[in-house]
Amino acid sequence: MAIWLNEDSKILVQGMTGSEGTKHTRRMVASGAKVVAGVTPGKAGADVDGIPVFNDVASAMAATGANVSVVFVPPKFAKAAVEEAVDAKIPLCVVITEGIPVHDTAQFFQYAVNAGTTRIIGPNCPGIISPGASNAGIIPSDITKPGRIGLVSKSGTLTYQMMYELRDFGFSTCVGIGGDPIIGTTHIDALEAFQNDPDTDAIVMIGEIGGDAEERAAAYIKEHVTKPVVGYVAGFTAPEGKTMGHAGAIVSGSSGTAVAKAEALEAAGVKVGRTPSAAAELMRKILS
Amino acid sequence: MDLYEYQAKELFGKHGLPITAGDVALDVDGAVAIAESINGPVVVKAQVKVGGRGKAGGVKLAKNPAETREIAGAILGMDIKGHTVHKVLVAHAADIAEEYYVSFLLDRANRSFLAMASVEGGVEIEEVAVNNPEALAKIRVDALEGVTPEKAREIAAAAKFDEAIQGQVADILVKLWEVMVAEDATLVEVNPLVLTPTGEVLALDGKVTIDDNAGYRQPDHAAFDDSAADDIETRAKAMDLNYVKLQGDVGIIGNGAGLVMSTLDVVAYAGEEFGGIKPANFLDIGGGASAEVMANGLDIVLNDPEVQAVFVNIFGGITACDAVANGILQAVDQLGDSVTKPIVARIDGNNAVEGRAILNKANHKFIELVDTMDAAARRVAELAAARKGA
Repeated sequence: MAIWLNEDSKILVQGMTGSEGTKHTRRMVASGAKVVAGVTPGKAGADVDGIPVFNDVASAMAATGANVSVVFVPPKFAKAAVEEAVDAKIPLCVVITEGIPVHDTAQFFQYAVNAGTTRIIGPNCPGIISPGASNAGIIPSDITKPGRIGLVSKSGTLTYQMMYELRDFGFSTCVGIGGDPIIGTTHIDALEAFQNDPDTDAIVMIGEIGGDAEERAAAYIKEHVTKPVVGYVAGFTAPEGKTMGHAGAIVSGSSGTAVAKAEALEAAGVKVGRTPSAAAELMRKILS
Repeated sequence: MDLYEYQAKELFGKHGLPITAGDVALDVDGAVAIAESINGPVVVKAQVKVGGRGKAGGVKLAKNPAETREIAGAILGMDIKGHTVHKVLVAHAADIAEEYYVSFLLDRANRSFLAMASVEGGVEIEEVAVNNPEALAKIRVDALEGVTPEKAREIAAAAKFDEAIQGQVADILVKLWEVMVAEDATLVEVNPLVLTPTGEVLALDGKVTIDDNAGYRQPDHAAFDDSAADDIETRAKAMDLNYVKLQGDVGIIGNGAGLVMSTLDVVAYAGEEFGGIKPANFLDIGGGASAEVMANGLDIVLNDPEVQAVFVNIFGGITACDAVANGILQAVDQLGDSVTKPIVARIDGNNAVEGRAILNKANHKFIELVDTMDAAARRVAELAAARKGA
């Protein structure tokens, strides 16, 4: 077991015939994920390494039973692609695409909320992996093995770093929720799912400057999470008013600072590491 | 990107919001010419992207062109919280009976938009929010439904605008939302929105933040960018690098925004031991970390005169570390003799053993390999401190 993605997940890739889509489809397949279909408008009948391509999500789902979509389409077409996946009622839609205008994201997120049938992860995220079971996105599958830690993070490479630090313990599921100001799945959503997952014993939560998602997650943990949680927050040295790579990573006035986030987490009983390695060390102590 | 007031007002005008007549000037003569064309009292306003300019003396009334000359001369070149004033907005000075506040912003927590409005404008809205929260109406705006005339009336009523002007305010709110959507803005704010003695409602000031991700469909927005403030940032931008200049001594290159932010922190912590060594920049070369981008990144960072040593921190996820190691060597080769500062590299992840072997074999006199992120940060801080002290 794991959260949201398991060995029975059947993945379709929107934008599979593009260069990124093809590259990562191959990597997902090589890691053992069941990729059953691709979607590119106007390319029905084509295939990528024998995986059939369809014109739209609904027909791909009907023909293959796909229940997870991974979106690689460029920013310009991403909103239409996600709304199409929502219309087809796919349960999980993982949006890898970086650089989507936030008005588009706000609109397709609201569209999915109104429909009530699709969970969106991302955009601007590395995706989700349940090691040994399935892999939807671009997270390398060979960093770590199956285990009992759950990981949720805004950042891609910090996700990889933490998977690597704790590779000998292994992970149930690792979710990269993305660094944009509006994201479909939040830290809180992942914390709730990990709390309810019988195969997750402890949770690592990685945050970064900007917004107040970590503060809200801290409040949620205090109230609802009984499993041990270790935290790490990036951006203690980030200056006010400068966007640090991720569109959402900006300190505005006194809000969004790493210090405030770390303090909120610690007040909720989360053990917070000053560096990724220190956070990993805290998790080692908890598990051994 | 945050816009200047005059740019915000340009967008307001484009979408039919009532603004005062005026224009921007780069020098005193320009300011005087605008005042002459307005032919009446004007307000001269420093154009800086920072709050509190009024208190700093950056906003002044001028009764005639002669006064405009004097005041513009004083304001141009002024320093406001570290921002030098290069431009002034010269606008018709409206008579003010009442001052209000209206804005739309991205609401990250609720993953939608928020309207804020108050009849107590003209002051810092944060103060109103803290001292008199019931005077600030906050209404959720659905991303799909937007701001209809009905919604605008709901906002105006919630903020307790006088019924006589609720229609005018609602009309302004609809147009302001149009700016928000049509211009791909994440914030549009009017503070103050004013009522004149003759009953007109005008946007006297404006603040707009536009979404950089929407650049591909907002070709006109490129002209708003005047960020020649830091030459290194401009050069980095031309190379498509995700770079932010900071004040410090250790150049940072990493792959992935989160990892780079984390690297800055780790270097700053390690630097505490060495007399306060700090990171000199944020530079994310992207998940892929190709040789070409690495070369551009090293070029930018090594040419920063403040940089004493460089920390290359790569976690090979999609890109294997042997490719990253070769990229570093190629980059250093391309740069040749201009490489005169120590480079500490930490490469981990996919094919790390092979990658490290490549760097060890090359045995480059300026490249030092350290196994972990924390140890590498300590080493680079030590090297930077030694060079700085020398």
